[in-house]
Amino acid sequence: MKIVFTAKGTDMDAAMDPRFGRTEYFVIFDEDSKSVDSFDNRAIEGEAHGAGPKTAQKLGELGAEVLITGNGPGGNAATVLKTMGTEVLVGAGDMTVTEAYDAYKAGSLKKV
Amino acid sequence: MKIAIASGKGGTGKTTLSTNLASYIAESRICVLSDLDVEEPNSGLFIKAELIHKEDKFKMIPEWEKSKCELCGNCQAVCNFNAVLKMGKMIMVFPELCHGCYACSELCPTDSLPMKQKKMGELKSYKNGNLNFIESKLIIGEEQAVPLIKQTIAYVDDNFGEDVIKIFDSPPGTSCPVIEATRDADFVILVTEPTPFGLHDLKLAVETVKQMRIPFGVVINRHGIGNDSVELYCKEENIAIITTIPNDRLIAETYSQGKLLYPTIPSVKEAVISISEYIENINSQKEGETK
Amino acid sequence: MKEIVVISGKGGTGKTSITASLAYLGGEDLIIADCDVDAADMHLLMAPDFGQSEDFYSGEIAYIDQDACIKCGKCQDVCRFDAIPVIDTQYVVDPLGCEGCGYCARVCPTDAITNSQPKVGEVYVSNVRTGTTMIHARLSIGADNSGKLVAKVKNEAKTLAEKENKIAVLVDGSPGVGCPVVSSLSGASFVILVTEPTVSGLHDLKRVYELVKKFGIKAGCIINKADLNEAVADDVKKFLKEEDIVLLSEIPYNVKFTEAMTNGKTIVEYDEDLGKKISESWTKITDIVGIEI
Repeated sequence: MKIVFTAKGTDMDAAMDPRFGRTEYFVIFDEDSKSVDSFDNRAIEGEAHGAGPKTAQKLGELGAEVLITGNGPGGNAATVLKTMGTEVLVGAGDMTVTEAYDAYKAGSLKKV
Repeated sequence: MKIAIASGKGGTGKTTLSTNLASYIAESRICVLSDLDVEEPNSGLFIKAELIHKEDKFKMIPEWEKSKCELCGNCQAVCNFNAVLKMGKMIMVFPELCHGCYACSELCPTDSLPMKQKKMGELKSYKNGNLNFIESKLIIGEEQAVPLIKQTIAYVDDNFGEDVIKIFDSPPGTSCPVIEATRDADFVILVTEPTPFGLHDLKLAVETVKQMRIPFGVVINRHGIGNDSVELYCKEENIAIITTIPNDRLIAETYSQGKLLYPTIPSVKEAVISISEYIENINSQKEGETK
Repeated sequence: MKEIVVISGKGGTGKTSITASLAYLGGEDLIIADCDVDAADMHLLMAPDFGQSEDFYSGEIAYIDQDACIKCGKCQDVCRFDAIPVIDTQYVVDPLGCEGCGYCARVCPTDAITNSQPKVGEVYVSNVRTGTTMIHARLSIGADNSGKLVAKVKNEAKTLAEKENKIAVLVDGSPGVGCPVVSSLSGASFVILVTEPTVSGLHDLKRVYELVKKFGIKAGCIINKADLNEAVADDVKKFLKEEDIVLLSEIPYNVKFTEAMTNGKTIVEYDEDLGKKISESWTKITDIVGIEI
């Protein structure tokens, strides 16, 4: 299963980025192979409007099944994620990626 | 005769002035008040009138038709607003982000994105004697105020003649919605307060109306609070101060109850009288010119 | 690092004066971000030095090269915004009407139309008199605030806060309920709603809170001019209770509030009684957010 985190860096020690649409990076953790990958989303800074759906589209291309983030996606992005069937968990904005993963495993993150 | 009431800063008393002025003018002649602050219309809270007409307002947005689509992605490529996205085997449209430019629709090689009507807000028309009140309200989450402002002005133009005094309560700020709300006005009244914030935002508003080349004057609300910097600025720049409304706790209290001020507060009555005389003056000048 | 965002929905509630007071109380431990770009007034109380400035470009605007134009009029035909009038026999773009959709350039047979990103304002990094840094911006006339500009101001503030080990970023949020306020709220640890007990104040409070709720952010409320209308104040408090919003403070109606601003001072510096009300809110806020300042 591919789990994607909104993050301020590129590895499991990075701090989470509480934002969804304008997150700096995605950290992508593949639970099956235990491999960690990342995606640089900083080009989104150039978008005046509609950062949310655009980022959600990226998430689809990355093949994410689960998204873990801070405050959660806004309306448009939420629609995209729902269409793609991505599971969304929020409330991990103040953690590191590893802590967010542990919290997810422990079931302490809120499902949207 | 179209009068736009505007201010750089929110909360200076734009709505208070619009509602009181329109109600006062309607005591003697037909008057239309239109609330163009379509994101946060508040004038209606102060106007007691009967709802006589209601209509949905639409904008045109593309709607995906799957059958002919070849998923070429041209629609996404031509959209500058991230309002059309290709998601795997489907095309998603985000109506709130769409500016209605038609590019994706008309440039689609298979005509798979025909433009359809989408509700963006609601226009309501009220009447109480000589006073007509037109209010439009954007659906929450809808981001494009300009099209609704445009349609609301068009509604007022279509339903009321040239000789009627039309007062437009504009949105705050100096961005596109304000420009749309004021660009057709014969005269703009800028409402400000005599404080550093008020002066700072007044200057921006003055720059804006000057750029549009519309004649304008200033009303100083909450006069007596703050300092005389706004008055000095107006003098230096040769800007007419139409009138002042004193700072008075009773005004704030009456406002908080959603009530009109001029029927019970003499200082406000004096102010609306002087503004309406000012307007009548401009109006007769204007009529003189056209004759 | 925490992010505290102040919003109000309605203008004139005293949001900026209150934010400036909180900035004063937080002093060196905060970085300030003024995202109320449409009426960026906080600088009037903070005495910024406009130390660094950077031009800000956003959106697109069309430009027609008259030498390449063959006057076929296709651009005018496709423009839905009536932004390409003919002036002195030339097709020209009205910059105030152009929405930057780029359609005209796509249909121009001679490629005479180019789109460029216009400069729509400036972003400043300033030293301010509370011993810290403030990020603020100024928009050009007719330019719209955008999620992009708000994100830019907040990003600069956050990066700096992290670099300098500050405890929090204090954000003066954008008005309304559109994209800029969504961008103001995104990433927030706590939201302070400033309202007044007027019919319109309550109306706008409810409207903007819908957004806060969507993001699931914990919120507190400061009722300014609280004694102006007891009945509406009760309605406000009832609403806060229903929505589990913390009542941070009730500030009475007082001309000193505006006097402070006129003197270029924050309320906490100017009047002891009003100042106490704001300090009391600040203590509650720092407790809830879990920071020590």
